[in-house]
Amino acid sequence: MATPLLQIHEPGETPLPHEQERGLAVGIDLGTTNSVVALARAGKTEVISDAAGHTLVPSVVAYRDEEVVVGEDARRELLDRPQIVVSSIKRLMGRAAADLKGVAGTLPYELAPPAEGGMVRLKIGARMLSPVEISADILRALKARAETALGQSVDRAVITVPAYFDDSARTATRDAARLAGLEVLRLVSEPTAAALAYGLDSGSEGLYAVYDLGGGTFDFSLLRLEKGVFQVLATGGDAALGGDDFDHAVAERFLKERGQTRVGADQVKQALMTARLARECLSGHADWSGTLDLEGKPSRHALDAASLEALIAPFVDRTVAICRGVLEDAAVSPTALGGIVLVGGTTRTPLVRRKVAALFGREPLADINPDEVVAVGAALQAEALTVGSDTLLLDVTPLSLGLETMGGLVEKIVERNTPIPVAKAQEFTTYQDGQSAMAIHVVQGEREMVDQCRSLARFELHGIPPMVAGAARIRVTFAVDADGLLTVSAAEKTKGVEARVEVKPSYGLTEDEMASMLRDSIDNAREDMEHRLLVEARVDARRAVNAVQSALAADGDLLDGAERADIDAAIAAVEKTMSGADRDAIGAAAEELEKITRPFAERRMDRGIRAALAGRHVDQLR
Amino acid sequence: MNELSSFIAATPAPAAPTTCWSCKGPVDATALFCPTCRAVQPPHPADHFTRLGLPVSFAVDAAELDRRYFAAQRLLHPDRFATKTPRERAISQSQAVGLNAAYETLKDPLARATYLLSLKGVSANPDGCHTVNDPTLLMEQMERREALMEAASPEAVDAIAREAASHVRDSEAAIAAAFAGGDLEKAGRETTRLKYLVKLVEEARARKAKLAASEKAK
Repeated sequence: MATPLLQIHEPGETPLPHEQERGLAVGIDLGTTNSVVALARAGKTEVISDAAGHTLVPSVVAYRDEEVVVGEDARRELLDRPQIVVSSIKRLMGRAAADLKGVAGTLPYELAPPAEGGMVRLKIGARMLSPVEISADILRALKARAETALGQSVDRAVITVPAYFDDSARTATRDAARLAGLEVLRLVSEPTAAALAYGLDSGSEGLYAVYDLGGGTFDFSLLRLEKGVFQVLATGGDAALGGDDFDHAVAERFLKERGQTRVGADQVKQALMTARLARECLSGHADWSGTLDLEGKPSRHALDAASLEALIAPFVDRTVAICRGVLEDAAVSPTALGGIVLVGGTTRTPLVRRKVAALFGREPLADINPDEVVAVGAALQAEALTVGSDTLLLDVTPLSLGLETMGGLVEKIVERNTPIPVAKAQEFTTYQDGQSAMAIHVVQGEREMVDQCRSLARFELHGIPPMVAGAARIRVTFAVDADGLLTVSAAEKTKGVEARVEVKPSYGLTEDEMASMLRDSIDNAREDMEHRLLVEARVDARRAVNAVQSALAADGDLLDGAERADIDAAIAAVEKTMSGADRDAIGAAAEELEKITRPFAERRMDRGIRAALAGRHVDQLR
Repeated sequence: MNELSSFIAATPAPAAPTTCWSCKGPVDATALFCPTCRAVQPPHPADHFTRLGLPVSFAVDAAELDRRYFAAQRLLHPDRFATKTPRERAISQSQAVGLNAAYETLKDPLARATYLLSLKGVSANPDGCHTVNDPTLLMEQMERREALMEAASPEAVDAIAREAASHVRDSEAAIAAAFAGGDLEKAGRETTRLKYLVKLVEEARARKAKLAASEKAK
């Protein structure tokens, strides 16, 4: 990225720790085919375009010798030097090398030999890169685009993920943002973001369905809109189903017509690009013809709309079956809906529109550009989170979460479509006398057998006191936060001994790897981190000062003049350090304030208790 | 702050004040926010009904439940605390977890009945005594499941599912009547029956999906 970061102030020069000192918070749709960045200010949204007026950034990265290029320029390299170009990397987010054994031959990438249990790495020229690093390059380009267009630094974002993304893919997305120097305010499901964009636009209420068919993922969500609340009722999808599959089917046909069965990764990339051109052309025309030039051997191909539809119909039918399943899950009839929203560039395909209209018995809504609507919703949410708003998104877990039990069976702890955040615990026991450790295998998915679900993490709980089989009580707790990210902990409590392990399942990237990538990839990573810690110290100091000031307003009469003067001086000291950039000084001053107000706090408690005993409600002290 | 005050008004009389973690002043044990410094407070121990400001009763009005749940989430959801301190974010998360647990339990009649029985010290476990003592229920359910396994067309499955769904409604009404009349024993028995019926409806759906898939493959 040639664009330098825009520095709007030198660290430490800002007078007050206000919200304005932070960079802007944007919404980012990190898509399989295209990515989009948008900003919302005072409820008005703006999709950020480049100098040429393009709003879509192709999610394509070219790794030149000295330089990383993202977007349209990278896509142009695809024809000349396909070996240095990566596209559709989103499909590999959160995948382990082992997950791809079966499909490796059909992927247009050269994969590094898989390390045991490690994450996928791609061999691009002389570089070995993980999907997280490649996605971080796309996010950096989006950040730079926004900073150039807005003339302000951008350091926080709401990033959208497919509703059906599993825990490891969500974690990978969050890690990519961190690498790119963006704090993730919230990961929001793409269909939910789209509904937000529509719902706020029209002020509608009732049941809505979002059909989101992108380049590589399909999501279907059912939401209830009521007075600014967006409640996700049920969601379903396929994290590996999208327009890319259409392209693969068309490319295979072209290669078959050429009589080629064995082709290299670079030729697949070129065939896929021609296939995509043909498919896009057929969204508006009845016929397409063109040339596929592989290794200097051109061949002519022709495709009409009917043949294209025959090739892609099986994929569209799969999406329709998923929609039916979700509607049945939620016991909602297709005709009971207030509207169906179309999201994702692939929904421009006429066959998709016809099948969706047939399923729901009505024409779907597509008045907001389906390529931009998700980023627009994300931008609205970013504004809601930083500036405040009356809207509220209530999301659910897309997939069930559970544990492996005896015989390779899955015991579900958190069922799919449970509102998040959620915490659920279940007790397990030992099956051997004197067993001192227990292996815990965390899986995600709907099937009953472990090997048909996605493995998220394995860990062991040690230090179980010796007991007869079945006597130990091991409590395993699953906690899913509002981003849909899982934390698992386990503890044995029978004998008062608490053995505890916490696991954040994350595919392949350890904290150490993350830290070294941060060092390698962003020169100012340390400064970024320092800056964030400083901002957090100021936020906490501001809270402490506000708390004391509220207390003074309520109960200031409990203090004599000298005590009051001491507290005022301590507040002034905190305020003074807050305008500086010394994090430790802020912490020390805040601690001093807390110490000096302790007797005041005690007197306030005494008054509160006396008031309660006298039958006077404490709220009256307000 | 109207929503906040109506929410607080619905909770029972305040206990002796505890200490606000932020301003160290007195705060009601059941308060969501400190009256002095407005800092969000950790969730207090409460049953699911009380947490959402509803009377402890099987009769729950779905619209009222939604209204109270949404109002509480508007105040306490982690999205409201995105720019606050990590401590406040963590507290809001545990508050939202409590609200979701309450909502999920009270929204579903079977979960609500099971929970209400457990609050009153009655267990409604299908593996427990109610099953053994109720041979009529066992026979009835076995016959239905056999019929389901023998159903060869999606239409036949649909007929069974429709019948089961109507039994579910009857059973829910019977549970409501039993709770209203204070007959916990009957409520327990009916809840066990409802558990079987709900399972049957789920199995019918799975069976139908399977039949539809195999019909398509032909």
